[in-house]
Amino acid sequence: MGKILQMKNITKRFPGVLANDRVNLDLEAGEIHALIGENGAGKSTLMSILFGIYKQNEGEIYYKGQKLDINNPNDAIDAGIGMVHQHFMLVPTLTVTENIILGSEPTKSLGRIDIDKAVAKVRKLSQEYGLEVDPLAKIKDISVGMEQRVEILKVLYRQAEVLIFDEPTAVLTPQEVEGLYKIMYNLIDQGKSIIFITHKLKEVLSVSDHITVLRKGKSIGTVETAQASERELAQMMVGREVLLEVDKEPANLGDVRVEVKGLNLNDNKGVKVLDDINFQIREGEILGIAGVEGNGQSELVEVLTGLTKATEGIFKLEGQELLNSTARNIREAKVGHIPEDRHKHGLVLDYSVEDNLVLGHHYKDPFAKGINFDFNALEDNAKRLIKEYDIRPANKDAKVKSFSGGNQQKVIVAREFDFGPELLIASQPTRGVDIGAIEFIHKRIIEQRDAGKAVLVISAELSEIMSLSDRIAVMYEGRIVDIVEADKVTKEELGLLMTGGSKSKEESK
Amino acid sequence: MSGIEWNKVLKEMAISLVAIFSSFIIGAIVVLLSGYNPIQAYHALLYGAFGSLNNIADTLLATTPLIFTGMAVAFAFRCGLFNIGGEGQLLVGGLTAAWVGTFQGIPMLIHLPLTVMAAMLAGALWVFIPAILKAKLGVHEVITTIMFNYIAYSLVAYISLKVLARPGTVQTHTIEESAKFWRFSNLIDMHSYLNIGFVIALAVLVIVYYLLWKTTIGYEIRAVGISPDAAEYGGINSARNIVIALMISGMLAGLAGAERALGLFYNYRSGFSAEYGFTGIAVALLGRNHPLGVLLAALLFGILSNGRTYMNMMAGVPVDLVVILQAVIILFVSADLVFRRLFKFKKNGKGDE
Amino acid sequence: MDILTQIFNLQTLYATIRMATPLVIAAIGGIFCERSGIINIALEGMMLMGAFIAVLISYFTGSPWLGLIGATVFGGVFAVIHAFVSIKYHADQVVSGVALNMLAAGGTVFLLNVFFNTSGTSPAVNSLPYWGPFKPTVYFGLLFVLVAHYVIFHTTFGLRVRSIGEHPHAADSVGINVELTRYICVIISGMLAGFAGAHLSLGVLNIFREGMTAGRGFIALAAMIFGKWTPFGALGAGLLFGFFQAVQIRLQGFAIPSEFVQMIPYIFTVVALAGVIGRATPPAAIGKPFKKNNRS
Repeated sequence: MGKILQMKNITKRFPGVLANDRVNLDLEAGEIHALIGENGAGKSTLMSILFGIYKQNEGEIYYKGQKLDINNPNDAIDAGIGMVHQHFMLVPTLTVTENIILGSEPTKSLGRIDIDKAVAKVRKLSQEYGLEVDPLAKIKDISVGMEQRVEILKVLYRQAEVLIFDEPTAVLTPQEVEGLYKIMYNLIDQGKSIIFITHKLKEVLSVSDHITVLRKGKSIGTVETAQASERELAQMMVGREVLLEVDKEPANLGDVRVEVKGLNLNDNKGVKVLDDINFQIREGEILGIAGVEGNGQSELVEVLTGLTKATEGIFKLEGQELLNSTARNIREAKVGHIPEDRHKHGLVLDYSVEDNLVLGHHYKDPFAKGINFDFNALEDNAKRLIKEYDIRPANKDAKVKSFSGGNQQKVIVAREFDFGPELLIASQPTRGVDIGAIEFIHKRIIEQRDAGKAVLVISAELSEIMSLSDRIAVMYEGRIVDIVEADKVTKEELGLLMTGGSKSKEESK
Repeated sequence: MSGIEWNKVLKEMAISLVAIFSSFIIGAIVVLLSGYNPIQAYHALLYGAFGSLNNIADTLLATTPLIFTGMAVAFAFRCGLFNIGGEGQLLVGGLTAAWVGTFQGIPMLIHLPLTVMAAMLAGALWVFIPAILKAKLGVHEVITTIMFNYIAYSLVAYISLKVLARPGTVQTHTIEESAKFWRFSNLIDMHSYLNIGFVIALAVLVIVYYLLWKTTIGYEIRAVGISPDAAEYGGINSARNIVIALMISGMLAGLAGAERALGLFYNYRSGFSAEYGFTGIAVALLGRNHPLGVLLAALLFGILSNGRTYMNMMAGVPVDLVVILQAVIILFVSADLVFRRLFKFKKNGKGDE
Repeated sequence: MDILTQIFNLQTLYATIRMATPLVIAAIGGIFCERSGIINIALEGMMLMGAFIAVLISYFTGSPWLGLIGATVFGGVFAVIHAFVSIKYHADQVVSGVALNMLAAGGTVFLLNVFFNTSGTSPAVNSLPYWGPFKPTVYFGLLFVLVAHYVIFHTTFGLRVRSIGEHPHAADSVGINVELTRYICVIISGMLAGFAGAHLSLGVLNIFREGMTAGRGFIALAAMIFGKWTPFGALGAGLLFGFFQAVQIRLQGFAIPSEFVQMIPYIFTVVALAGVIGRATPPAAIGKPFKKNNRS
């Protein structure tokens, strides 16, 4: 068959990050080639380079044996490379046909769109590749599965030979996933080649011909699917790095403090984002939630902190029902929250450190008397916390947006730990902070546990979860697939659970 | 140690000053092309604004409503909202003051505060529907407040001309002595109608400053304006704060109407507002939505608005040059990216790309 | 009975069409602009500018037709300011609109002084001739509705305009030039508003008067919203609002104050936005500056 596409020694640097480090990828004509790796492994960057959204710093792309210079998506499209975006690039108010032809419309005289011809062409393509769509329906009225078929048709309409599928199954129901596989096989039969980005090992093993694994911006290797095992792939993905050492005594468990039962959340299209979540946390315990991002962790945190309303379920803290209460009431009930996106949620970036250190508590004693702030209390609070949490620079009046990521995070940690929460929810607590701050924050989290608090830690970093947690719950597609003791599980086993596999070969069916 | 980042303040001021300066240059070119003498024009403008004690007092008189309306727009901006309906709120507030001011037999101690509060309430109510629609349904407040301006024009015209008008005139009845603002001409020998409203405006600036930066109300309103997500995270109810901020904004615009009715005209009449509501937008933008900036910007526009008559008399330049200047200032301030790029370019030696 | 014959007669019909014409034409301009994702509250100022330029050119050339063309062209030129600051410099489109309205209000009176040495009313100039019962601008207005409908809903350009107002990044991903398309749309809106202004000064009257648009630009905005951003919707809304303008004087005889009739378009628009009678939803990307490579 021969190679249709080769990416050689692709290197891409962003300020402070080496996103792709001499990555290689060879695509055979007529194959499905899976590209796997954890979040942040560099898959999206690599594909963005191939589709002309970014330009590589080093390395070459060869297409059908010719060197190809791709500067923008149009170059890629002209060459015959098409991208099925993860976040669909569709205009909701336009019809299926209009979205497909947008930018390359068939016309009659006077710039009039030949809509009949367009519809006929969409129908023909749709039959040819088994992509069932309603050409005249508006995007806003159709299912997610059909939206994806429209995205695929958009690419086929532009006569792509190579199709990039970016996490195509993330938004689909299991039945729709089956349908997608059929479509992909169909495309291969019609002579197309496919690059399939995913982090789900099972689906990789069932559909692909070759698998390339990326880890931390490097290509770890390419294997033939027939020769690969789940276990081997999981190892390639997560690596074997040494765990971050965290000093911690064995947990001193008390009574059950937090109870979550039968929690469900449907999104606005009726898709289950959280599916029957159940867990308990005891006094003096850290429950970690592991999982590849986008499997419902963020939504779980939003529900528990009052930022999103759940469809049904129970969330009790020391017997008090808190589900679907307001963010303010939940904080009043002594739930501390380190949000995953500190810029969006945790901080008012244009406010000073002093002001940010009271966010959420600003309206009450000791910080406010009636509507008036007690500035002495604010100042004392800021000075004390800056010292206790080693926030630098130690300037309470500086705006937090001028601070480093680590120090911004310390501002949040200081605020959320200091008011004496009974339950602490820490979401990606060390994301984007330097190593010193990581150690500091980990130490503080352990301190909270040892002081008898219940702690819920959510992180995409396996090593963080493993070193902090007493027990680990693994989330996959909105469900908790297993809860395991942290000291009785290996990284590989967790990696398998996170990617939809089972803990061990024997247990799987 | 100081809480103010002087660097930034100076930079913001520089941008405003460059915008003012640029528009005066453009104004001068327009004047020149129209066959007048720009130096003479600007000189006359300044003389009109500052030439005598009376002129200065009139400048402050022209500044007063702009402080209120500028602060009204700025206050809403602080919550991320664009209240373009200040004009309507001002008219409704002014008419209400002119009406309540005619109530008889109430001692001043009660009548005056009652009248002022009625005007503030009217202004606040006039923005209530846009506020609710924004908070609950996300309907863009710009369009609704514009529509409410025009509803106000008609309503106020009807009431003032057909219900409350003094027969045979286009004015309402004169208000009672007990509802009149004290004028400085009672103390100093001058013609100007400058009244206690100016002092109230200054007091309002201080109160607004206090409210925005020293109380939990302001803390929440500004948080919603900067980052609605972070505000929600901090247990702050955005919808509630949107309604509060717009209604306070409406109150401030209503106060502008009260000052015109109770301090200047002693009634409501056609031509009541010289588009103070719209000039307020320019004041807020130029003043960077800060009370001190609003004061300075209102002064600038007060100077322009009072000096233009002299400019017309002495240099022959049409008074509307001032409106053009105002528009160009707004354009420059709104496209301040131009200046920011310019400054950055100079500072770093080259652009950052 | 008497009321009905007083209100619904041929005269009212003619008056309605005359009143509706500038509203509909300016509203169509607004549709192009807003469909592309740019708020245009400067229709009022653009109309006023157009009205003035039309009279100015007619005065100096003696030709109302040149006046009409000049107003249209200059309306487009005037709109370039709005396009430039809001597309290139990502300025707040509402602020820019406010500035343009002021610039037009101050600029027209200033120029009135400069050219005619008066600040109220210009001298009378040659106005457009009658074509049958109406001035030519009325027929053009109807033509614009048809053409706009055709362009927006049946041509490549229209499809692209609709896509960039709803989801500019989707349009960008298939190689459409978002910024250029927006420039074109803003300029079209200025040209149509300028044309509408010329209808007021050379079609309805033969003079320019200070502030003669008297809020019609905002009624056009209302007609655009009430007509849900479609040309035929704007035509319907424009005729409805034109009818209210035509009958307000007559209704006064029946103790219905004209002021209350004047409020109707604005109240209708707020009601439509509130969704009481079928929600009027603006294009999704309206008012948001487009920044390339801003991947979500």
